[in-house]
Amino acid sequence: MNIPGNLKYSRTHEWVKQDGDGVLIGITDHAQKELGDLVFINLPNPGDKVTKGEAFADVESVKAVSDIISPVGGVIGKVNEALLDAPESINQDAYAAWIARVEDVSGTEGLLSAGEYEEFLKKEA
Amino acid sequence: MEKKTPLYDLHQELGGKIVPFAGYLLPVQYETGVIREHMAVRTACGLFDVSHMGEILFKGPDALNNLQNLLCNDYSVMDAGRVRYSPILNPRGGVVDDLIVYKFAQDEYFLVVNAANKDKDFQWFLRNRQGDADMMDLSENYAQLALQGPSAKRILAKLADESRFPQKYYSFIRDLDVAGVSCLVSRTGYTGEFGYELYCAPENAVRLARALLEAGREDGLIPCGLGARDTLRLEAGMPLYGHELSDDISPLEAGLGMFVKMGKEDFIGKDALLERGEPKITRVGLVVTDRGIAREHCDVYAQGRLIGSTTSGTLLPYTNKASAMALIEKEFSSSGTEVEIDVRGRRLNAQVVPLPFYQRS
Repeated sequence: MNIPGNLKYSRTHEWVKQDGDGVLIGITDHAQKELGDLVFINLPNPGDKVTKGEAFADVESVKAVSDIISPVGGVIGKVNEALLDAPESINQDAYAAWIARVEDVSGTEGLLSAGEYEEFLKKEA
Repeated sequence: MEKKTPLYDLHQELGGKIVPFAGYLLPVQYETGVIREHMAVRTACGLFDVSHMGEILFKGPDALNNLQNLLCNDYSVMDAGRVRYSPILNPRGGVVDDLIVYKFAQDEYFLVVNAANKDKDFQWFLRNRQGDADMMDLSENYAQLALQGPSAKRILAKLADESRFPQKYYSFIRDLDVAGVSCLVSRTGYTGEFGYELYCAPENAVRLARALLEAGREDGLIPCGLGARDTLRLEAGMPLYGHELSDDISPLEAGLGMFVKMGKEDFIGKDALLERGEPKITRVGLVVTDRGIAREHCDVYAQGRLIGSTTSGTLLPYTNKASAMALIEKEFSSSGTEVEIDVRGRRLNAQVVPLPFYQRS
């Protein structure tokens, strides 16, 4: 199981990485495996407000559409536009393929450490 | 409680991601993923477990009469050793299911139906049975594997006498020894690719599957799941019951007119089709020209009004285009017509294209 120790995690399988005064967010390796080959992503726009626990983007595999839930609250600073042409890079390296950078971050309390997320996955299985 | 096919343990061993489907536990994909499985079938070969399909035997002096009454295609002129597709109609001209029929002999036919509809179909057949014909549900007696792809023949030839292979599309032979397993082998499939379907006794299915996978390894054969089966059939423009076909949709509306023989004296649903008259809707292919993917149950618009809805859709792996099948008003069905598809609140531009999306060369 690929769960880097330097990131925080949500129970909806997103990762959060401190990035200066903001955070980068993406989906976990477990999530990309569950979703399968990704072929499309809908990204939010910079300036959009995001709410912790609510969908802010979606990804599509050949099989289905899945919402990506924001693990924090805040405002979208920028999005990873490279994913529009290469959504499969999430499958290739879920922790390098950040989806959005969020600023004015709130709600980081309650996020899981790598160890806690690993435990959570075991219980969920 | 879902049933397991005889290959269940093998699917797990091979890393299959198991899901419930039509009452069975089957792999939706393996570690390789839907896209690579799809591409393997287009460029090399894929092996599918389709043991969930239902098998029903008609036997007796009135077996043919029953087929002629129950099915809208015509089976009166057909050689033994051939296979023929048909929709099964209800008395309202809608579709109960679709199936393929193998002719064993003048008085013996082997019907292969969709897993999800098998019990419904069998009860429907029994309820409408006429004269002297046995109808037997033999689904538990057969496992079925589909070997699909341009390398299928070469792989099968490593395990069986090539001189006995069925040559023509939609023909079959019985009792072919494949790696020591007696199989019915037909040149059929649900992928739009060259290939075979193999029926064998359930207790031999694992041996057969392992032999095929081993023999095909150097030719790029990989096991494929339900996910690729669905994307392949969609790319090949083939209808799927519950999507392009239903109790309410007539086969003429679904673009299956070539399988409806109105010249036949009588069959269930014929009167209703006559009464319904010229279909006002038809099945088309749509390719999304904007960024985005249309899936099933998306409304389709043209000239600012609703003209129908999509029945299946995804990003097709081989053509690499977001594509959908849709039932829409006939006047908008000519190729090149511009339409809009409502995808979760966003209107995407799309264009009517001829089916199939992919045709093997």
